[in-house]
Amino acid sequence: MSQSKPASMFDARIMGPALRGAFTKLHPRLLAKNPVMFVVAVVSALCTVLFVKDLVTGAEGLGFSFQIILWLWFTLLFANFAEAVAEGRGKAQAESLRKTRTETTAKLLDASGNWRSVPGESLKVGDVVLVEPGDIIPSDGEVIEGVASVNEAAITGESAPVIRESGGDRSAVTGGTQVLSDWIKVRISAAAGSTFIDRMISLVEGAERQKTPNEIALNVMLAGLTLIFVMATATIPAFAGYAGGSVPVIVLVALFVTLIPTTIGALVSAIGIAGMDRLVRFNVLAMSGRAVEAAGDVDTLLLDKTGTITLGNRQATEFRPVKGVAEAELADAAQLASLADETPEGRSIVVLAKEKYGIRARDMQSLGATFVPFTAQSRMSGVDFDGTTIRKGAVDAVLKSVAGGRVASEKLREIQGISDAIAKLGGTPLAVVRNGQLLGVIYLKDIVKGGIRERFAELRQMGIRTVMITGDNPMTAAAIAAEAGVDDFLAEATPEMKLDLIRREQAKGKLVAMCGDGTNDAPALAQADVGVAMNTGTVAAREAGNMVDLDSDPTKLIEIVGIGKQLLMTRGSLTTFSIANDVAKYFAIVPAMFVALYPGLDSLNIMGLATPQSAILSAIIFNALIIIALIPLSLKGVAYKAIGANALLRRNLLIYGLGGLVVPFIGIKLIDVIITTLGLA
Amino acid sequence: MTLQAILFVLIIIGGTALLSWPLGRYMAGVMDPKGGKGTMTGLFQAIVGPLGREEQGWKAYVFAILAFNIVIFTVVYLIQTFQGALPFNPDGMGAVNPDLMFNTAASFTTNTNLQHYSGEATYSYFTQLGGLMWLQFVTPAVGLAAPTAMARALSGRALGNFWVDLQRATFLVLLPLSLVFAALLVIGGLPMTFEGSVVATTLEGVQQTIARGPVAAFVTIKQLGTNGGGFFGPNSTHPLENVSFYTNMIQMVAIIIVPMACVWMFARIVGRIKHGFVIFAVMLCFVLIKTAGSVGFETAPTQAFNDLPIAQDVGNLEGKELRFGATGGPLWAVLTTATSNGSVGAMHDSLNPLAGMMPMVGMWLNESFGGVGVGMINMFLYIVVAVFVAGMMIGRTPEYLGWRIEAREVKLALFALLAHGAFILLGTAIFAATPWGAETLNNSGPHGFSEILYEFTSAAANNGSGFEGLGDNTVPWNITTGLVMIFSRFIPIILPLAIVGFMSQKRRATESSGTLSVEGGVFATMLAVTVIVVGALTFFPAATLGPIAEHVMYMN
Amino acid sequence: MTSLLASLRLTVATMAICVVGYSAAVWAFAQAVTPETANGSLITNAEGQVIGSSQIAQGFSQPGYFWPRPSAVDYNAAGAAGSNKSPTSEDLKTRGAEIVEAYGATAENPLPADLVAMSGAGLDPHISEAGALYQVARVAEARGLQPAILENLVRSHSEAPGGFLMSGKIVNVLELNLALDAL
Repeated sequence: MSQSKPASMFDARIMGPALRGAFTKLHPRLLAKNPVMFVVAVVSALCTVLFVKDLVTGAEGLGFSFQIILWLWFTLLFANFAEAVAEGRGKAQAESLRKTRTETTAKLLDASGNWRSVPGESLKVGDVVLVEPGDIIPSDGEVIEGVASVNEAAITGESAPVIRESGGDRSAVTGGTQVLSDWIKVRISAAAGSTFIDRMISLVEGAERQKTPNEIALNVMLAGLTLIFVMATATIPAFAGYAGGSVPVIVLVALFVTLIPTTIGALVSAIGIAGMDRLVRFNVLAMSGRAVEAAGDVDTLLLDKTGTITLGNRQATEFRPVKGVAEAELADAAQLASLADETPEGRSIVVLAKEKYGIRARDMQSLGATFVPFTAQSRMSGVDFDGTTIRKGAVDAVLKSVAGGRVASEKLREIQGISDAIAKLGGTPLAVVRNGQLLGVIYLKDIVKGGIRERFAELRQMGIRTVMITGDNPMTAAAIAAEAGVDDFLAEATPEMKLDLIRREQAKGKLVAMCGDGTNDAPALAQADVGVAMNTGTVAAREAGNMVDLDSDPTKLIEIVGIGKQLLMTRGSLTTFSIANDVAKYFAIVPAMFVALYPGLDSLNIMGLATPQSAILSAIIFNALIIIALIPLSLKGVAYKAIGANALLRRNLLIYGLGGLVVPFIGIKLIDVIITTLGLA
Repeated sequence: MTLQAILFVLIIIGGTALLSWPLGRYMAGVMDPKGGKGTMTGLFQAIVGPLGREEQGWKAYVFAILAFNIVIFTVVYLIQTFQGALPFNPDGMGAVNPDLMFNTAASFTTNTNLQHYSGEATYSYFTQLGGLMWLQFVTPAVGLAAPTAMARALSGRALGNFWVDLQRATFLVLLPLSLVFAALLVIGGLPMTFEGSVVATTLEGVQQTIARGPVAAFVTIKQLGTNGGGFFGPNSTHPLENVSFYTNMIQMVAIIIVPMACVWMFARIVGRIKHGFVIFAVMLCFVLIKTAGSVGFETAPTQAFNDLPIAQDVGNLEGKELRFGATGGPLWAVLTTATSNGSVGAMHDSLNPLAGMMPMVGMWLNESFGGVGVGMINMFLYIVVAVFVAGMMIGRTPEYLGWRIEAREVKLALFALLAHGAFILLGTAIFAATPWGAETLNNSGPHGFSEILYEFTSAAANNGSGFEGLGDNTVPWNITTGLVMIFSRFIPIILPLAIVGFMSQKRRATESSGTLSVEGGVFATMLAVTVIVVGALTFFPAATLGPIAEHVMYMN
Repeated sequence: MTSLLASLRLTVATMAICVVGYSAAVWAFAQAVTPETANGSLITNAEGQVIGSSQIAQGFSQPGYFWPRPSAVDYNAAGAAGSNKSPTSEDLKTRGAEIVEAYGATAENPLPADLVAMSGAGLDPHISEAGALYQVARVAEARGLQPAILENLVRSHSEAPGGFLMSGKIVNVLELNLALDAL
């Protein structure tokens, strides 16, 4: 389901249930959640009752009332339909997820290490289960023993298996995924029904949807506006009474319903659901709607260098020997040291030596060499054979290892000079030492991703500062930062420094987003306003963040910000549109309402609507149809462009403000022409 | 004629706008002295006592405002009750009806100065000066204190101390200004005497009692403090209250200068001059549009005289003084209602229908430039709504000057705006439908409706002007408008202070190119549109049945 | 309670300074600088009797005087008010017709509007120059004077206080009539 295309709203699988939903959502309990539409329902019901009464007593002009009432109910149904369509799209997605949540049996381990079969649902948090090849992992948990390759296609859509192992940063497993080889012991961290997949299903279905802070505020505003218009219309009978006339209830209701912000009121929950949906389709799970909104507010993005700003792998591009050592000699040693080094850097050294100096890769076995792997303590790797030891590693680590750090000062300066030069270019220097003799330095180059510079420029325009996080030394970091165009960088970063940086930014009044995966990232993830945990990460990291990226692609942070902004923009733009519509509606209905009292008021009928009745009917029809017309926009979101706030406001104000002012004038006039032609009014 | 009108308008409005700039700087300096230690601060703290030294939170600040207002209301009610026994009563003014005393006390306490009486026929000099003029000093001072506290909170500081702010506003802003303008008006020829009325025998041998009094002192603060309560019944149309073309100009300047300067003061205390320009520009824009409307529609001659052999070449003269010129009346009408002043320079009841609607529009909006201090506060309510919508449109949780606007802020702002509309519309509805209103009218048809609408509009806007034909000194009018004035005064003072109180407890965000700018033309447009759509459109049905209906039915 | 006490202290302080101090200062300034206008611009006759205020209109109905603008309160300077009639009002039409008749205005010789429209306070001391000139014929006839003399009198009493910001000139009726009596 990676980057799945959204189902079209006209898809039959969505239309059918949505049409049904439009009616089932008429339940008062559901309507009460939306103040604007609830009020519409109340007045519609009231009018219907009055209409039935009139029908019994045989009053006149019932055809007109009937049409108004019909459109009042349509308004309501259209609003429900909008929400149902948005939910429907989520449900379609949930359906595919649900398929993975098949009945599982778990192998529950007891204290003595024996296992017995239990149903997956009966597992409790803290239980330990054994999972063997072919088994479905029964619930979310953490690997406490063993290593296995796991197929996580069910949640990520990625068919290549991933490694899950105890300890380290890849210890989290997700219920519903399948172990392909080896075995693991998993300590269950989520009870049945609240696993990752369960959460995902309820999220995309909108079942657990809670209103976000901004949505609540918007609803408050819409309720306030509704109250204002209650007053504006409820006082009209008294005014008209003074002028010696009266206004039919049905006309008052028509004015009221067209004035209150039904357009945005009808679409607000659809917009919210669709926003969440966009995120899910992007393979990012937000733990709350609040997090999505916060994403739109981010001022500072902390981006890991590797994988986000630069391609994951650094490549060896040059050998720089010290004086008295031939380049080929250095290349030879470097290749030997890297023969068994399976990291991309290591392989690139072998390749470079081969391509540039024709040194063919040799076989470790035939050399009788033993590989000395990289450790966090030594920060070096290399080979030992025939009494020869070759090491390569971080320059300071290598220097320290050579004769306990006692290196001739001129040699030291030379090495230092070479590595500084490399660092200034943004490269990583790896020193090579053979039998305690410094040979030179390998230049590992960081490849900055194409197009990333432009992305950062866009972010800057939106007022977002980017900070590159890297373990590199400051000089290297500065060079890469300059090349990539980030605003700032944190070099030789430790988790503590990250946390500290976040706190400092927040103290300055900034909202910070970051992504991370390791357990030691957890505090920073928790501190950040938007913390995106990588799905490959630890349970601790996942719990600390407020979003999980199923693809574990840190670059996505940028898109997440965009999605958050788009959500609010859509809300704001449609609110503006909805309120701006009122001007035209006033000019359609008010003259029609009062023209019998003061015939001169016909001069306010600037649209030239045919009759008072057609004017009122046109306004209410427009008011209902505009909801349908705007459903696609509210699902898709308004176009999001990375331009400055001011330009964005100007653009949206022009399109949705001015548009909202003009469109209804045209629309109402058109409808008036049509219904007059059809003889409806 | 047209050129003259334009020039006149530009001189008054443009000239005052220029003068308001240095005044705003001065006001910011004395209301919010650097480090909170102005030269007089120590003295002011001493006058109040221990309460003068504490830093008040928004609740304490509001509580102090309310306590002070209860006291001044009571004092003025008592002065009226006992005016017969008090000194400075040369014309022997006696007891006043309790409902009128309530209305007057409410009216002057709330800086409204709606007058259901004629000053020269009802109140002694002691009541006029010691009661009413005193309130004309301290109530705009209350108004000035509120946006000062609000601006402090928005700049991230504590709100300050109401007791000290009140004295700063009274003694350092209003008093010096009053002395300057009073001198100008005295030179212009306004009376200032404590002698009672004089009986003249006219050339035709009729006895004419001429009321006079300490007019100059009263009128000055009436205008500067957006009070508006006249010394005489017909206010600044009275030849002794507004002697000449020259005093008319000075009074018009006095009407708008402090509200204009309040914007600069607010902007300076917040530390955002450019934002101040945006607010000022939006307000100015509304004033200019209303002025164009009022002056323009008033060039239409008196409709009732059209079929008679009457030469009408300077527009409608009914209710206007010749010495002010043709533009003086309608321009004044706009300025006095734009600013919640409410003094009149021509009879609003006798303005042409649409010219008479412009003052109502001014009071419906009530923020361009609004009352002393409170105009800026009312604008703040619209800013909250505009920022909320605009903030969403740029894809961020809305922030104003870095403070987040969330459900609570929106709720409070909308409630205050809602209350304004509710008082006007519900009040008008009740009085239009009952004898309470219908039996007090001076005109019939839509104009009569306008009289009721205007009265409630004026009360809710704390303006005080009226379609004065209305026989409003009745128990229902006195009680209802009295209550409306009180609620309409304190809701828009308390709620904005609550809003900034809540906002300033949040983490303040820094502004960047990604946050909503409140400094450009785009935001100015947004703000203006919000004011029109949220503020004015609500009144469209009422306006249609009042002035608009009168215009389309009877004009030409 | 302490707040009420603080309020009372402020009441005393503000009353003392803003009411007593300020009023006294303005009063002293006015009485010193402009004693005449400060006391209401009263006009006295040779016997020292007050005959009116130059700022306040008084009623004239004799044909030998220039008439002021109509007053809604019959020139009651102790209870001033305007008509507060809408310009579209029927009452206004009736009044207009009455005044037109009193002046004997015709379509060929229409009456200047300020002589029909009531002022805001009903005490406007001025009429337009045109309004004064309109009455010259009547006054001249009643007094047996040459209209030309009266026209000159009117013109010499005309003023344009607003200068270039005001169109047309205005005449103070009481002062004009005093000058008339002095002829």
